[in-house]
Amino acid sequence: MKCQKCRDKAVIKIARANAKYCAACFNAFFVSQVRRGLEREKMASRSDKILIAVSGGKDSLALWHVLSRLGYETAGLHIDLGIGEYSASSRRYVELFAERENLEVYSYSLKEAYKMGILELAGETDRSACSACGTVKRYLFNKVASDKGFPVLATGHNLDDEAARLLGNLLRWQDAYLEKQSPVLESEEGFVKKVKPLYRLSEQETAAYAFLNGIPYVIEECPMSVDAPMLVYKKALNLIEHQSPGTKHQFYLEFLEKRKKEPDRFLPKDKKDGRVCQECGQPTTSQICGFCKLMNKPSFTGRPAAS
Amino acid sequence: MKVILHHPKRSAEITGPKKVSQILKELDILPETVLVILLTGEKSELITEEASLSDQDTIEIRPVISGGYG
Repeated sequence: MKCQKCRDKAVIKIARANAKYCAACFNAFFVSQVRRGLEREKMASRSDKILIAVSGGKDSLALWHVLSRLGYETAGLHIDLGIGEYSASSRRYVELFAERENLEVYSYSLKEAYKMGILELAGETDRSACSACGTVKRYLFNKVASDKGFPVLATGHNLDDEAARLLGNLLRWQDAYLEKQSPVLESEEGFVKKVKPLYRLSEQETAAYAFLNGIPYVIEECPMSVDAPMLVYKKALNLIEHQSPGTKHQFYLEFLEKRKKEPDRFLPKDKKDGRVCQECGQPTTSQICGFCKLMNKPSFTGRPAAS
Repeated sequence: MKVILHHPKRSAEITGPKKVSQILKELDILPETVLVILLTGEKSELITEEASLSDQDTIEIRPVISGGYG
């Protein structure tokens, strides 16, 4: 199979685009898609310092690599979730990448700060591990970005993540979440701007980019996500994608286009005003933020501020 | 040929010659959900569904699907 651009040996076929690329032309395609997303959605200006949430997986490390190559000033933020060897291994990949690329990384350990990791936290509450993890990450990402003076926080969410999330929200008719499902959330009332520059690229493409650029990453799946609904939605979408290439792309990107044309259609009817959490002073829509509700359990030993 | 699989990490023997697409079908794996990597000594390279493999080859089928947070 030949690369459609240069006729060199192809290493990847992208069925949704009916394209075949060699390593060099695939890299060019990948970077152009990230650049297109950044510019089209006005994600960051050249002077913005970007804090990148890095898990040690393929998506976030590929994102960090490509944004650095595009000339953005970046630093990484890694949250060690305290999930045994999985978290230890993830942290090693982040630190290895940061050292190799001479980039700054802020590491934050949940166990060191709160004496318990996600496993114990989920066990203490009625929340699933993935739900507790989401609350903790969203809170700490925003707090650290804000405290360290980063105007933009970037995450490695890709097209598969966003399409699966959209499917999940639609299957349950969670209209209120549709307004917030965007590659860009502008800063407001204590929340820094959040961007997802990989939203145009599939999970396979981010994995290929990491592999082709020699970026080691954690391959093992998080042991807590085995039965996660997101994985079920992804499986369903991949079955459809296999039969009808381009479906995921069309599903998510058409949703974004429709919302741009008809923004009122996706506004929640009972939108809550922004407030400040009475416990920690971070932004929230209720008296106590989701993070403090999660952490305020009698058995917890302390709540030092994230820094 | 030797096929290295993940989740959990294990290996399988498959008789060649075969195309990558046939191997994936045999293992009931959708091509969109993995990278297929040909391991040759210290080097390794990404290969497409059309690549033909012989009994002497070793490949890694690496899953790309991840995530529970969202």
